[in-house]
Amino acid sequence: MIVRTVSAAGVFAVLLALPYWVSSVWQNLLITTFYYAYLAQAWNILGGYAGQLSLGHAAFFSIGAYTSAVLAIHWGISPWLGMFVGAVLAMLLSLGIGYLGFRFGLRGFYFVLLTVASAEICRLIALHLPILGGYTGLFINFTPNPLQFQFQGKIPYYFVSLGFLSAASLVVWLIQRSKLGVYLLAIRDDEDASEALGVDTFRYKMVAYAVSAALTAFGGTFYAYYQFYLQPNTVLTMNHSVDIMIRAIVGGTGTILGPILGSFLLELLGEFSRTFFAGGVAGLNVVMYGVLLIVVVLFLPRGVYPAIVALVRRATGRRA
Amino acid sequence: MSLLTVERVSKSFGGLKAVSGATFTLAEGEMLGLIGPNGAGKTTLFHLISGFLRPDEGRVRYAGEDLAGLRPHDICQRGMVRTFQVTRPFPRLSVTENVLVGAMERVAHRREALAIAEEVLALTGLAEKGGHMGHSLTLADRKRLELARALATRPKVLLLDEVMAGLNPTETGRLIELIRSVHACGIAILLIEHVMKAVMALSQRILVLNYGELIAEGSPETIVRNPKVIEAYLGEGYSGLEG
Repeated sequence: MIVRTVSAAGVFAVLLALPYWVSSVWQNLLITTFYYAYLAQAWNILGGYAGQLSLGHAAFFSIGAYTSAVLAIHWGISPWLGMFVGAVLAMLLSLGIGYLGFRFGLRGFYFVLLTVASAEICRLIALHLPILGGYTGLFINFTPNPLQFQFQGKIPYYFVSLGFLSAASLVVWLIQRSKLGVYLLAIRDDEDASEALGVDTFRYKMVAYAVSAALTAFGGTFYAYYQFYLQPNTVLTMNHSVDIMIRAIVGGTGTILGPILGSFLLELLGEFSRTFFAGGVAGLNVVMYGVLLIVVVLFLPRGVYPAIVALVRRATGRRA
Repeated sequence: MSLLTVERVSKSFGGLKAVSGATFTLAEGEMLGLIGPNGAGKTTLFHLISGFLRPDEGRVRYAGEDLAGLRPHDICQRGMVRTFQVTRPFPRLSVTENVLVGAMERVAHRREALAIAEEVLALTGLAEKGGHMGHSLTLADRKRLELARALATRPKVLLLDEVMAGLNPTETGRLIELIRSVHACGIAILLIEHVMKAVMALSQRILVLNYGELIAEGSPETIVRNPKVIEAYLGEGYSGLEG
């Protein structure tokens, strides 16, 4: 317990001091890591805990991004408020998709297809809505003002992304400790057996989906005000949904630390392959990234974090 | 007073009539056996009673209430719970967590649920395996876990689907004792079973299902002497002792 408290305090201190030590390249890397860890954590609630694979989280992300941007551009509403509107809208969409999917008993691949299709519909709508900028995309003017979610320099973004990640991890921690957490894992393992034991699987899957979608939308707002540019063919693609999902899967789904670890590993992996394999053959770094990813998934199918836990348990002689 | 009433329940799959006009009751605190050859419709009948399938015709009532339109979790919450013939432990949850899932619906706090879980694990002889993962259990322990999870929901009616299948005689003997002690707590039990020794030892009354139809009903002694049952299921020369 003491060891835990001390090491937690140590990690906290390092995280607070870190952005002041490192270069802006590394600041950016850390922000991206936290931000993707945040999204993976949100995805994890539905995909990891409840075991319902979503390949359409880009839709919730984009609803969050576009809603807060449009509200700020056209009505001057601060993104700090606008992001809650985006979260509510994303939640409503998730409940719609969830109702269709779960009420009609879509499982496995069929549910995945439903999430892909609904995100694709959102992308097509976004491409053709003038208020969202269509193909040209939506530009946000940079006018530094923390009240408008616009910050000078990278350090504030570092702390905001760290705050987001901490909040999402706290949400997952609370879920894990509650009845909901046990039910979601049971649903992941065996839906029929859960039903037989009195678990309202429809209701709890809906809850997981709504919470996951709302959190993802907050992440979209962060992205909008970090990049200042939104385009459906970047933010609203399946690629982006995969980017979110893959971090949770590599790190270990259904665990709190998995998505965080996965995000760190993939960010470092991406940076590593850019540094060492770029410059020669075009695109080699992307290929190497893919190869390394395959290696990780092949040898640690449950994810890196569960593998580490198993290793530590074996080393300390406790049974798994 | 009958707790569970099944009235003229039928279910077809395509051209196959899996259950046809099944009618019977289960009284409070009764132990009722359900036997019949493979494919007779026993498990389908369980699915119909527990809400996993909807009857094409007929009605299932529990404590006076028509169960039509209720989903399995509703039925479980009302006090009737089933186990699965092919055991379905939550593989990536520990044994204790497996049982917690059943215990949580009745109580507000995890701590109370844990107390129920520990009590049930002790009763079913799984207390020392609480930390094992669901996927690592032996068949005998999986069967116990099915029973433990079901008991954790605090049922009034327990539907047991072949909990003895695949167990050796020692394990069967132990499980018979366990089911007896569960029954002694006042829980009504409907028991699908092929292991005749268990059916005979446990049941107060036996139903026989063949090709979806109930062909006989009565005390264990009269059932084993019933010519129709001998022809359809038991075979010539069954004395009711071996098995």
